[in-house]
Amino acid sequence: MKGNEAIAEAAIQAGCRHYFGYPITPQTEVAAYMAKRMPKIGGCFLQAESEIAAINMVYGVASAGKRVMTSSSSPGISLKGEGISYMAGANLPALVVNVQRGGPGLGGIQPSQSDYNQATRGGAHGDFHLLVLAPASVQEMADLTMLGFDLADKYRMTAMILADGTMGQMMEPVEIHPREIPECDKSWALTGTKMQRERNIINSLSMDPYDLERMNLERYERYAAVERDEVRYESYRMDDAEICVVAFGIAARVAKNAINEARKQGVKVGLIRPITLWPFPKAPLKAAAETCKSFITVELNMGQMVDDVRLATECKRPIITCNRTGGVIPSAAEVYNAIMNAQKGGQAE
Amino acid sequence: MSVVFQKPHALTDAVLHYCPGCTHGIVHRLVAEAIDELGIEGKTIGVAPVGCAVFAYDYFNCDVAEAAHGRAPAVATGLKRAEPSNIVFTYQGDGDLASIGTAETVHAAARNENITVIFINNAIYGMTGGQMAPTSLPGQVTQTSPYGRDVNHCGYPVRICEMLATLDGPEYLERVAVNNVKNVRAAKKAIKKAFQNQIDGKGFSLVEVLSSCPTNWGMTPVKALEWIDEKMIPYYPLGVYKDRSAGKGEAK
Amino acid sequence: MTHSYLIAGFGGQGLLFAGKFLVYKGMLEGKEVSWLPSYGPAMRGGTANCSVIVSDEPVGSPIVDHPDVLMVMNLPSLDKYEDAVVPGGTIFVDSTLIERKVKRTDVNVYYVPATKLAAESGMTTLANMILTGKIMQALGEYDQAHVDDALHHVVSAKHPEMFDFNQKALALGRDYQE
Repeated sequence: MKGNEAIAEAAIQAGCRHYFGYPITPQTEVAAYMAKRMPKIGGCFLQAESEIAAINMVYGVASAGKRVMTSSSSPGISLKGEGISYMAGANLPALVVNVQRGGPGLGGIQPSQSDYNQATRGGAHGDFHLLVLAPASVQEMADLTMLGFDLADKYRMTAMILADGTMGQMMEPVEIHPREIPECDKSWALTGTKMQRERNIINSLSMDPYDLERMNLERYERYAAVERDEVRYESYRMDDAEICVVAFGIAARVAKNAINEARKQGVKVGLIRPITLWPFPKAPLKAAAETCKSFITVELNMGQMVDDVRLATECKRPIITCNRTGGVIPSAAEVYNAIMNAQKGGQAE
Repeated sequence: MSVVFQKPHALTDAVLHYCPGCTHGIVHRLVAEAIDELGIEGKTIGVAPVGCAVFAYDYFNCDVAEAAHGRAPAVATGLKRAEPSNIVFTYQGDGDLASIGTAETVHAAARNENITVIFINNAIYGMTGGQMAPTSLPGQVTQTSPYGRDVNHCGYPVRICEMLATLDGPEYLERVAVNNVKNVRAAKKAIKKAFQNQIDGKGFSLVEVLSSCPTNWGMTPVKALEWIDEKMIPYYPLGVYKDRSAGKGEAK
Repeated sequence: MTHSYLIAGFGGQGLLFAGKFLVYKGMLEGKEVSWLPSYGPAMRGGTANCSVIVSDEPVGSPIVDHPDVLMVMNLPSLDKYEDAVVPGGTIFVDSTLIERKVKRTDVNVYYVPATKLAAESGMTTLANMILTGKIMQALGEYDQAHVDDALHHVVSAKHPEMFDFNQKALALGRDYQE
């Protein structure tokens, strides 16, 4: 199964019955899959007139208290930014999938991770975060999609799957099982008062700055809980590591090959792979800064996550960056060379 | 003693923030009366716009979602698709519906989305202080057309009912005004019909309401109502532009 | 044991399908597998390829930079990827479509006139599977039960008649001797 299809099927198994989207490479298989499946299970697939309309349809279904998702690729996510900000302000849970391609602008259609900053900083106006999940396999495309719905509901926030063209297009074995959807209080939802309760309002507006501040503080209390309880990462061959590679998604897969090669040469190197990009796994990186002599970041961008690594390690160790951009994927050989460079005591480029 | 006149149940007790002489209050009341008379308050969900009616969620006594500027038809689409048995309406001004949200409006109509749209056309941006609207008349003086709307420079007004009537999609399109008793009564009838259509599953029903903005037009409330007759109605003729079930305006 | 395949040629030659078949076969044999296509306009006629990895170990990067098995069905792909093959690796060439010989001397090469064989047997669209049959035979991995099992997974249910054709094409490749 392709990664994009795994996302779609996992969403359905997670109880999502509403999908709105607009075609864009390389994520269109999500929409195609939904178009095929939704009518057969009593769900709703609708191709919207624009990304903007799609995200606002998501806003509508989320307001009604139901699980809903949209998917797109980088330029489309920029268009969705408005709606994503409104959903953050209105505390609406939903899942947004970004199968990244090279940018900026129309960019290209090959895999990229250059929306890292956009995703981890909210990606639109206002004080807010998305819960950002970065799959590195087709199985994780499915698993993190399901998890994303659960966490979105739990914290009343939008979760984002930050994948890339490789993850979307590749095929790997995957198991997707129907699962129990955790109980979740949605008494805030717009279901109609039935003349039996006070009316519910979904909005992001407050003309009183103190009130708006209170709303933002309340939201950040939830974010603090997310940072405390929901950090996820993979630690790979780190036990005795002197060099720590940090990479997510496809870059982490490439890095693993290089690490295994370097290990054969006796180089003590390991990998920390953030699975949640926000919240970022600061603690394990801080700990690694105590035991490792240097870091290497591998990204499909000009170097965006490296700033979070610098913050997490408090700039205690040199960081070598190994980046390719525009849709180019760093090769295992390039990462291997970076590891060997670090082994020789090479400094950051 | 019998009560001969009272506030509709579907309006809250909140004091309207609208300017003196503004006709938003009338239209709010007409919408609320329709909701009361059809007995649908408990399953009605409103979608408020950005613009003067941004606080509509404080006034309607039902569940309300506040949408981003222009996106109300998309939000309403989501709400309706999530629970088709609910009654979903949007309440939008001209900047919201006919400028920034044109695409959402046209495509909701093209899909014959089973929602009710109340469209307030007062030919100006009220909330931001009187700038040119997509529906401002040729020659109309506004803050951003201080020498009068020059159609050679910034184009012509958009006639929404006429434009949407060219589509096969929508069920019902009518333009009304609220500048005198007779027109208000006709407006009430149109708004109620637009809700009834949704209850009957007929589809996209939009009522365009020619409204006044004395503050930003720089007129007394009375003069503003006259201006609707003198200037607006000639450019925006009242009437039913499409009523599929009645065989009116059906595309060939 | 890990095989990394790079399968390259023109869009429309069934390269992705051949890769998909190999990946299903590997999966059904209990291996770790990945399949990564080139995508975009390449899907519609340009040069296309796919990376396939079949391994006893979990698959790291799904991108095959240095294949140990290269299957090529047009000249630009041979030009582009010949040097990328690991020493000791194997190149499978559709010799109907590619006239030149492989220059490298440190790799094994099989020349199979797959397109011609396909045309002669009335299966013009299955040169891809003829080459795939040869690959499995050369690698000693032609297991009829697993082949049939994998074919059942990749041949569209809408075209059951294609099962037999694919099976024949694979056998034709397996039995071809230069």
